Amino acid sequence: MDRLLEILSDLHPEIDFEEYTTLIDDGVLDSFDIVTLISEINEEFDVVISAEYIIPENFNSAEALYALIERLEEE
Amino acid sequence: MLFTSYSFLAFLLILFLLYYIVPKKCQWVLLLIAGYVFYAHAGWECFLFIGVTTITTYGVGLLIDRNHNQQKAYLAENKASLSKEEKKAYKEKQKNKRFALMVVCLVLNFGILAVLKYTNFAIANINGILEMAGSEKVLAFQDLILPLGISFYTFQSMGYLIDIHRGKYSAQKNLFKFALFVSFFPQLIQGPISRYDDLEKSLFAQHAFDWHTISFGLQRILWGFFKKLVIADRMLIGVNALIGDTQTYTGFYVFMGMLFYALQLYADFTGGIDITIGIAQTLGIPVQENFIRPYFSKGIKEYWRRWHISLGSWFTDYLFYPISVCKPMLKISKWSRKLLGEHIGKRVPVYAASIAVWFVTGIWHGAAWNFIVWGLGNCFFIMLSQECEPLYDKFHARFQVKDKTWFKAFQIIRTFLLMSSLRMLDCYRNVPMTFKMFGSMFTDWNVKEAITVGMWNLGLGAHDYIILLIGVLLLFMVSMLGRRGSVREMIARKPAWVSVAVFGTVFIATILFGAYGMGYDASQFIYNQF
Repeated sequence: MDRLLEILSDLHPEIDFEEYTTLIDDGVLDSFDIVTLISEINEEFDVVISAEYIIPENFNSAEALYALIERLEEE
Repeated sequence: MLFTSYSFLAFLLILFLLYYIVPKKCQWVLLLIAGYVFYAHAGWECFLFIGVTTITTYGVGLLIDRNHNQQKAYLAENKASLSKEEKKAYKEKQKNKRFALMVVCLVLNFGILAVLKYTNFAIANINGILEMAGSEKVLAFQDLILPLGISFYTFQSMGYLIDIHRGKYSAQKNLFKFALFVSFFPQLIQGPISRYDDLEKSLFAQHAFDWHTISFGLQRILWGFFKKLVIADRMLIGVNALIGDTQTYTGFYVFMGMLFYALQLYADFTGGIDITIGIAQTLGIPVQENFIRPYFSKGIKEYWRRWHISLGSWFTDYLFYPISVCKPMLKISKWSRKLLGEHIGKRVPVYAASIAVWFVTGIWHGAAWNFIVWGLGNCFFIMLSQECEPLYDKFHARFQVKDKTWFKAFQIIRTFLLMSSLRMLDCYRNVPMTFKMFGSMFTDWNVKEAITVGMWNLGLGAHDYIILLIGVLLLFMVSMLGRRGSVREMIARKPAWVSVAVFGTVFIATILFGAYGMGYDASQFIYNQF
């Protein structure tokens, strides 16, 4: 989780990602950010987040995103 | 059947009366029949194409959905007996089957669209190459029909298919209900490109007569007619004159043509969407908004989140993400990070996917190099603004102007002018001509002559300019008010006479100053041509 928070903070240092739960709904993360994020996650966690998983519920908070990474790691 | 034709108004009136008379469980059937009657006006041969798209998407959607269900059932049944590796191998095998089915259907349907829309464009390019190579051989252009709304219904159907493949929702089991989703007439010819899960909730539901919703729908239709007939069609006279004669209308005229076209396109397209959403609302079916005051955007990325929203989100979900996060692209990203460094490497997937998406967006708008250059031009400025973000951050850290009204106004005007400049590629006959005319704005100083003489010879009289001025001010005011919520809700909260006065005035203005009153025919909506 700490490493994911670091990746997110690199993208938007001004956001408190531990607290924020509406990253997509509020437009904090745009499509550029999401692709950069997926590429970083692939690099760091060796997990491929394919397009079907790019839905607001998975990207609205760091916690939801981390849960997705864990789910994909298990698969 | 144009939205602005008398026959369409009669069609709408009959449908509306029947819709609230027939048993409620038959309302969706009536809508399907109405959609096909509407479509039949475009020519019977078009049915073949919409029929193929409907049947193939329906069938393949069912097959993919059945495979999803079989996989779930098999894994549940054999939960204990299968190892993790066996489960993984089984899932992979089923996934490949579903993918193959989807690809066949995508290739067929996008293939039909590509052949009908782009064959002559390809022939023109091949002829150009042959000519450059000194060959005397010339390929003949093909006489192909372009079925009404094909770009819209193909995209809507393929979005459904991809969603089924992704397991987002279950396939529609009833062929006729699916046919209604594809052919829902208000949005068939110019969008919005709806998502199945958004539309299905209300499309097949039973709708009681609700005057509040219906009156709001009628108000929205009226507003759409006002925009189209009073503003867009009047502005079109000036646009046609200004871009039609590139010898005479250079310099300041080009600037005015650019402004006129920006306003005409906005009034035309948003007017058409107002009519679409309004009709759907009178039938009790909410359709997603396609514009959120785009000309108030402070940057190009924001503009594209607010203009033709349904097309932009379609491209983002079904093209941009699949390209940018696919396995080969992630490998390229890894490789480019090593080779080109972190900064450039991590941008490779985003920028490669952006170029592909904007190329397709361009060619979706028209089979011509103008549109491709327009699409790639948008892409260039989006990337540029992305790369300039650190500079903007430094600027804003140094100068505290971000929240100043004058700075926001500057950003809005800058974005409007940039988007209007790019849109000039829609207007002129080819790319070099567009650049030539754009350049003339800075070299031909003919402001005085244009204002005193030329602008009065475009076919627009003083009364037209006054109507346009008032119309555009009204658009501006409604947009400003819209920032605080629904304007119709605001009016509805006032005493009843206010509603009557406001919409009565808009109605009379549309009759008096619109195409019906002025004696010229309403022109086709710009986006009907896609």
